[in-house]
Amino acid sequence: MHREDQRADLAAGGHRRHGHALRIGIGGPVGGGKTALVAALCRALADELSVVVVTNDIYTTEDADFLRRNGVLADNRIRAVRTGCCPHTAIRDDITANLDEVEDLERLHTPDLVLVESGGDNLTATFSYGLVDRQIFVVDVAGGDKVPRKGGPGVTRSDLLVINKIDLAEHVGADLDVMRADATAQRGALPTVLISLRSPEGVRPVADWVRTCRR
Amino acid sequence: MAVASVLLLADSRLPSGGHAHSCGIEMAVTDGLVSTVDNLNLFLRGRLRTAASMLAGFAAAACLLADTDPDWTRWDRAFSARTPSAAQRAASRAQGAALLRTATHMWDHPALGGLRRLGRPHHSLVLGASTAAGLGAPSDAAALAVHHLTGGTCSAAIRLLGLDPLAVAAIQADLTTLAAAAADIGCQAAHRAVETSDPAELPATSAVLPELLAARHATAEVTLFAS
Repeated sequence: MHREDQRADLAAGGHRRHGHALRIGIGGPVGGGKTALVAALCRALADELSVVVVTNDIYTTEDADFLRRNGVLADNRIRAVRTGCCPHTAIRDDITANLDEVEDLERLHTPDLVLVESGGDNLTATFSYGLVDRQIFVVDVAGGDKVPRKGGPGVTRSDLLVINKIDLAEHVGADLDVMRADATAQRGALPTVLISLRSPEGVRPVADWVRTCRR
Repeated sequence: MAVASVLLLADSRLPSGGHAHSCGIEMAVTDGLVSTVDNLNLFLRGRLRTAASMLAGFAAAACLLADTDPDWTRWDRAFSARTPSAAQRAASRAQGAALLRTATHMWDHPALGGLRRLGRPHHSLVLGASTAAGLGAPSDAAALAVHHLTGGTCSAAIRLLGLDPLAVAAIQADLTTLAAAAADIGCQAAHRAVETSDPAELPATSAVLPELLAARHATAEVTLFAS
C-alpha cells in the first residue's frame, strides 16, 4: 500500500497493515559516513527498536555486506537495491524498487524503524517523501568546510544535517564554527549536529533525534 | 486522451523501475560483446528480431483482454514459459510490480486489480493492461513494449560505455521501421491469441544468448543494474 494511502487510512481511523514503522532516509556525498552512521544507529538503538535497512549501492552489495560483516543486523533484515548508475533516481524520481524492498521488510519483520541508505551522490540528491518520513543528509569535514555554504536541497532542506568526522577538522584545516554558522544560515530552524563516529558516543545526537521523530 | 496516456507510459520519467534495468546490455558490455555504437546497433537488431515481438504480443494481448476479466495466470505462465532464465523472469516481474504500483495510482481499472491478485505479474502484461486503462489501443501497447526494450537498452549502454547519446539516438531512429514491424507481428498474434483464447498463438521468439547473459548477470559480483 502506498505511504500516502497509509496516512489517509490512519487519518480516517483505518487499520495500517504493516505496523507503524518510521522510515528515515540517509543521503549525502560519497565517503561522508552514511554506512558508518547506519551501523552506529543500529548498534545504538538495538536494545529499544526493531530495525531493518535498505541500502542503495551503485556497484555491489558492499554496504549491505559491511553491515553483515560487522554483525550489526541479521542478514534477513538488510536488503540491497541496485540503481543502474543513478542513485538519486532510486530515492527521488522512481522510488518503486526501494518501496518494494521496504514494504517486504515491513511485512516480514514489523519493524519500528526502517533506514534507507542512498548510494553516494552529490549535494543535489534528496529523498522523496513518498519513500521516507524523514531524511538525514550526511556531509563530512574532510569534504571541505565550504559544503554547508554551497547549499543544495540536501543541506538546506533535510530534516537533520549531520556534519561528520569533526575529529579530522584540525588535519584538513576545516573551521567547525564556520560550518556550523553556514549550516544555520542555510537551514533556519532545521537541526544540524556535528559528530565524529570514531568515538562510540559519537552517534548519540543522531540517535536522540531519531527518538524524537518517533514521538 | 489516449495519446496523452500512451505518452505517459512511454516516458522513462514515469516511476516504473525501468531505470535500474539494462535489458541485458550490462552483461554484454562486461563480456566485451558490445563496446561501440555499431555493435550496440547489431545487438538491438537482434533483440528487435527476437524478444521484441514476444514482448509486444503479450502487451497487446493484455490490452485486448483488459475488459474481459480473463484468467491472468494463464497468460502470465505463458510468458514465463517463453523466458527460460529465472533471472529474466525475475527482472520482468520486478518491473511489472513497479509499473503496476504506479499504474494503480494513475487509473482505477479492473484489469489492474486482476493483475494485482497475481502478486508480481510480468511487465508486458501490466504494460498492456495500463494501456487499456488509459484508453490506448493494443497497437499502442505493442509499440510501448518495443519502445521500452530499445530505450532501456540504449540508456544503459550510454551510461555504461559513455557512448555519444546523439549517435545512439540516430540508430534508434534508424531502427524504427524494424521496431514497428516487431510491434506489428506481436499485435497480430495477440488478436489471434485473444480470439482463440489461447496464449500459444503468441510469439515465442527468444534467443539463447540474452538468456545466458541474464543468468550470469544475476550472480555477477559487480553490477550496476538490477538486470
